[in-house]
Amino acid sequence: MTSDVHPGQATRFVCRSYMAVVLAPKPPIIEWVAEIDQKIKGAGCFFIGPPVVLDLSAVKLSKSAIAHLLAELEQRGVRIMGLENVEAASTGDGLPPLVRSSKGASMSIDAVEAPVAAPVPDSTRKPATLLLDKPIRSGQSIFFPDGDVTVLGSVGSGAELIAGGSIHIYGALRGRAMAGSNGNTRARIFCSRIEAELLAIDGYYMTAESMDKGLRDRAVQAWLEGNELKITALD
Amino acid sequence: MAKVVVVTSGKGGVGKTTSTAALGAALAQIGQNVVIVDFDVGLRNLDLVMGAERRVVYDFINVTQGVAKLPQALIRDKRLDRLALLPASQTRDKDALTEEGVLGVITALRKMFDWVICDSPAGIERGATLAMRFADEAIIVTNPEVSSVRDSDRIIGLLDAKTVRAERGERVGKHLLITRYDQPRAARGEMLSIDDVLEILSTPLLGIVPESEEVLRASNLGSPVTLNNPGSGPARAYCDAARRLMGEDIEMTIPADRQGFLGKLFGRRAA
Repeated sequence: MTSDVHPGQATRFVCRSYMAVVLAPKPPIIEWVAEIDQKIKGAGCFFIGPPVVLDLSAVKLSKSAIAHLLAELEQRGVRIMGLENVEAASTGDGLPPLVRSSKGASMSIDAVEAPVAAPVPDSTRKPATLLLDKPIRSGQSIFFPDGDVTVLGSVGSGAELIAGGSIHIYGALRGRAMAGSNGNTRARIFCSRIEAELLAIDGYYMTAESMDKGLRDRAVQAWLEGNELKITALD
Repeated sequence: MAKVVVVTSGKGGVGKTTSTAALGAALAQIGQNVVIVDFDVGLRNLDLVMGAERRVVYDFINVTQGVAKLPQALIRDKRLDRLALLPASQTRDKDALTEEGVLGVITALRKMFDWVICDSPAGIERGATLAMRFADEAIIVTNPEVSSVRDSDRIIGLLDAKTVRAERGERVGKHLLITRYDQPRAARGEMLSIDDVLEILSTPLLGIVPESEEVLRASNLGSPVTLNNPGSGPARAYCDAARRLMGEDIEMTIPADRQGFLGKLFGRRAA
C-alpha cells in the first residue's frame, strides 16, 4: 500500500457559496424605497436578517447617494453585504465590497413575495446521496452541498464535482473532485481510476502535479489527516 | 419520419463539414432523400465542399426572415438528385439565427426529406447550440487527440442539456465518428488509440475515417469524397457509417486507400 503525503499545505483556499437576496433599486429611488416598505410589510421579515446584495445596474448613484440609500435600508433592518453592477470608483470608504454573481443562478423575489414562511431547512431529514448514472462531461459542474455524490461513469477532464460529503466515482476521475465542501473533514474521495486534475477535501487540495505518479490510473481513496490530504491505492 | 442529425464537435478543423457532405452524399447514394444544412453563418464552407458556391442565391437567414421561400433557397445537387443543400449566409453572423427561425426551417425540412443533416459551426456558442437544438441524433466528430476528445466530451454534455429532446427528458442518439485516424502513427503510439477515445467519451462508434489526401483532394474539387473517389478509404468509411446510421449492422473496419479496378489498369486518376 502506498501512501502519498503532500507537504506545504499551509495556505488553505476555502470557497463557499451562499444564497443572498438581491435588491435592484429602480429610479425614482424614493418610490422604490416606498415599494420596499410595502414588500417588507407583505413578506414579513424576509429582507431582515439574511444577507442582501444591492444590484445598482438600473440606477446611477454617486458614492454619497449610495451611502444615503444604505442608511435608509439599514433603518428598515435591511443589511447590505455587497454591491453589484456598480463602478469600482463608487465603492470603498466603508461601503460594502463589490460582488459578482454568476449569471442565470438568480431566483426571482416575486416567488417569495407572498407572506409564506421562507423554507426552513428540515434538520430532521438525513442528508441525501446524489446518484449520477451518466458520465460527467467536460465543462459540467455538479454542486451538491447536502451529502455524498456517487458517479457510476467517469468524470471528464474539465468537469468538476463539489460535494458536502464524500465522492465516489466508479469510472475514471479526470476532472476535479472537491469533497467536504461544507467543512466536513471526514469526507473522502474514492475513484476506481485516478487521472484527476485536482482533489480537495474541506479546502485542502492537491493538484495532479503533486500526486504520486505511481498512483496514476489506479483505484485510490483520498482523505484528510489533520491538515494533510493523503492518497492511497485501493488495490 | 424524418431524422434531424447534427454533425458537431466543439473543436474546429476536425472534419465536421467534410463529414456532413460525405455522409449526406452517402445516404443519398443509397436512395435516401437528404438535405444538408449549413449552420456556420458568416463562415460558410459547405457550399464550397459541395461545389455549389456559384449557385447560392438565397440562404438560410433569408428563409428565416421571410425574404425567400425555402424551395428557393434549397440547392439540388447536380450529381445526386436526392441531395439538397441549404447554404448559410456569408454576410451575416450567428446573431442572425433565432430559435423560432431555425425551428420553422427544420420543421419544414422534416416534411420534405428523410434526413436533415445540420453542419454545426465550431464552438459552443449560439450557432452551435442552435444547430443541435432540434436534433434527434448527433454525430460527434473527433480526431484522436486530447484537445479534440475533451471538446467532444463538452459537446456531449451540452447535447444532454441544451437540446429540445434533453429538455423533454428524451434521449438524443449519439454517434462518435473518429476522423483523420492515422494507422501508422497510432501504431507508434503518437495518437490516442480508438479504445482510449471510446473509453473517455463512452459513446457508440459510428465509424473510423482514415487520414487520407483523398479528403483534401475532394474538398478542393467541390465534391464529397464518397462521390469523388468511392474506392478511397475515407469514402468507404463514410459509406459504412451511413449504413450504420440506417440501422445496418456492419463490421467496424478502418478502410485503407486502394485503387479501383480502372485505377489499377490506368494508374492513378489525375485529380
